[in-house]
Amino acid sequence: MQREYKPDTTIPFWRDERILKILGQIIFALSVLFVGMLIYQNMKAGLAKQGISLSYSFLKGVSGFDIAETSFAYDRNSTYWQAFLIGLLNTLSVSVVGILFATILGVILGVARLSTNFIINRLASFYLELIRNLSLLVFLIFWYLGVFLKLPRVKDAILWPGDIILTNRGVGIPWGIPTASFPTFRLILLGGLILTVVVFFALRAYSQRTGRAPLTLLWSLLTFVVVALVGWFILPEKPLTLDLAFVKGLNLSGGKILTPEFMALTSGLVLYTAAFIGEVVRAGIQSVSKGQVEASRALGLNGFQTLRLIVFPQALRVIIPPLTSQYLNLVKNSSLAISVAYPDVFYVANTIQNQTGRAVEMISLVMLTYLLISLLTSALMNWYNQRIKLVER
Amino acid sequence: MRKTYTILSLLVLFALALAACGTAAPAPAPSGETVTVKETVVVEVTSSAPVVVAPTGYGVTLKTVMERGNLICGVNSQVPGFGFVDANGNFAGIDVDYCRALAAAIFGDPTKVEFRPVTAAERFTALQSGEIDILSRNTTWSLVRDTELGGNFVHTTFYDGQGMMVPKDSGIKTLQDLEGGTICVQTGTTTELNLADVMASLNVTYTPAVFEDADSTFAAYSEGRCDAVTTDKSGLVSRRSVLADPAAHEILDVTMSKEPLGPMVRHGDDQWFDIAQWTVFTLFSGEEFGITSANVDDIRANATAPEVRRMLGLEGDLGLKLGLTNDWAYNIIKLVGNYEEVYNRNLGPDTPTYIPRGYNSLYTDGGLLYSPPFR
Repeated sequence: MQREYKPDTTIPFWRDERILKILGQIIFALSVLFVGMLIYQNMKAGLAKQGISLSYSFLKGVSGFDIAETSFAYDRNSTYWQAFLIGLLNTLSVSVVGILFATILGVILGVARLSTNFIINRLASFYLELIRNLSLLVFLIFWYLGVFLKLPRVKDAILWPGDIILTNRGVGIPWGIPTASFPTFRLILLGGLILTVVVFFALRAYSQRTGRAPLTLLWSLLTFVVVALVGWFILPEKPLTLDLAFVKGLNLSGGKILTPEFMALTSGLVLYTAAFIGEVVRAGIQSVSKGQVEASRALGLNGFQTLRLIVFPQALRVIIPPLTSQYLNLVKNSSLAISVAYPDVFYVANTIQNQTGRAVEMISLVMLTYLLISLLTSALMNWYNQRIKLVER
Repeated sequence: MRKTYTILSLLVLFALALAACGTAAPAPAPSGETVTVKETVVVEVTSSAPVVVAPTGYGVTLKTVMERGNLICGVNSQVPGFGFVDANGNFAGIDVDYCRALAAAIFGDPTKVEFRPVTAAERFTALQSGEIDILSRNTTWSLVRDTELGGNFVHTTFYDGQGMMVPKDSGIKTLQDLEGGTICVQTGTTTELNLADVMASLNVTYTPAVFEDADSTFAAYSEGRCDAVTTDKSGLVSRRSVLADPAAHEILDVTMSKEPLGPMVRHGDDQWFDIAQWTVFTLFSGEEFGITSANVDDIRANATAPEVRRMLGLEGDLGLKLGLTNDWAYNIIKLVGNYEEVYNRNLGPDTPTYIPRGYNSLYTDGGLLYSPPFR
């Protein structure tokens, strides 16, 4: 016997799974919101009881303290906000320099680790195993107290070829100073950059049309170098003059002075992160199956072509995601700057927090800053990852 | 699906529990109504779990300390003579002895203190959050700290001034000689601000090298990272005593600021403030009346001067007014000593951290130590 279908009997909403699911989501979202509000209110009430109100307007106040490394004009009459920006720029410069050198060193280490040369291979493994198993904080303090502060005093400075001066007050390197023709040179460089992009896309179009694989990146970069060199030599006045560092009184002067704090922090971060990147690179290369290499050789590609056209593009797909986390680690680890007295954003925020007593505000600001930097780095790397990943048809 | 709902209902329950705690804590009472304040106090103590900030209110701190059975005192652990861990692993210094005096006043036992080392940077947060009951860590009294940092300064226990130390062979004699030099300084201090102020007014350009704590500041200085190091003169004297070659460094004959150092308590508990305040005055008065830990028993047996008798609890009930026992001042002097004893023990001529008394003498000797009357 078949039951009669009755269209007017609907399922009550408390038994309707579709509604229940949505309801569950709403209740969950509400309870999260509620707990968040509760915590916030609790904090506000607690602070109010102490006569402390939550406000960021103090950032407009005069800071009253000096900072050692400033990338724009700053003195004790500047505001807390400017002090914070100085810290932020210092964090960014350490991160950029750190990521650049860590990547170069990391790739070298990763390739060396796979080298068939016994000594290179063993040395690379030894380095990776040693560094990866150290504590970064200890490593940084070693570089600061054990290396850069142990350099001789200014009057006994060590001179290295290339006009590099090593002292415990900092490392002085030659540096270019812009002259009157620098703005023109900058325009030439911009033109070169545009030309480079044009060459890059032209070569890629050629490659797609003909199926040949020209050295796209190399030729594009070469274009840029040629334009820069031509610009340098046709200008009547050189756009940059070389300024050498020298000893002046108590300190170093001229050129570019890299402070022991900056040197210790970047060396520590670079050498540490490079060890991890080395392992990532090795894993990436090893992930490409041997058959791929054998097939490419069978097709008549030579060793370099095999590496460039077969191994690297496939290895990159494996390398990029873990490499992103290494970059993020480097940026976040740069907050250990406080242990070597380098004024990064966390350090400056700490000082501000101390002088104003605005702990909650400053910590929230610092957290937001790191979050933004990390999300930005991560977004860039994800975009690159999308570009290179296997296109499935 | 069932699992999801279990988790969900647990979450809701948790939220409700939190809400209950939240609603139990009443809004801060308007000032001036003592009765409401007292009500607040009772509820606060029972529902303190999720509250970030330590409960405050008249009498709360003493009650908490009594119930806990010891005093938690935020101290320095890096400045010999003020707050330092000695060779035997014991805390020593005048700031440390002040904590012992306070414990003696409360418990009649100077050992009932837990010393908690705090850095310059974390000290105010530690006090605000109730991690420590009192901060006794060579802290300079200033207006911002008195207001915005949610604390009150008790009477100054050491009058100091900021100084500058340089290596003797550097040839630096004045602050102007530091033109273009690098100066080591500790972060989160008034010192850092004074340095910027003084150098700006003298028009001397310099580079600061700013460190997290006293140890790293002086480690960098002794490695030659800086041409000079600056902090309170007392701090310079005491840190010089632990440098590799103390004789190779000299403290310049300049005073860059006023640095009145004293203990600090949280806003909102006036009784606790009074106890802390009068513990300082007891130390001063002990010296003024010539009462020492050695003769306090004799004096108590034979005292005739009314103020001495009141202080030692033989007349009146001064101790009870503070919420303590009547022999509180006797205990301080008997168990810890008067100001002179405390000073000589930590900063006297027989110590490596000798600092002449200067402003830190009684007003009768031309100094600034002056106690209000015990009556």
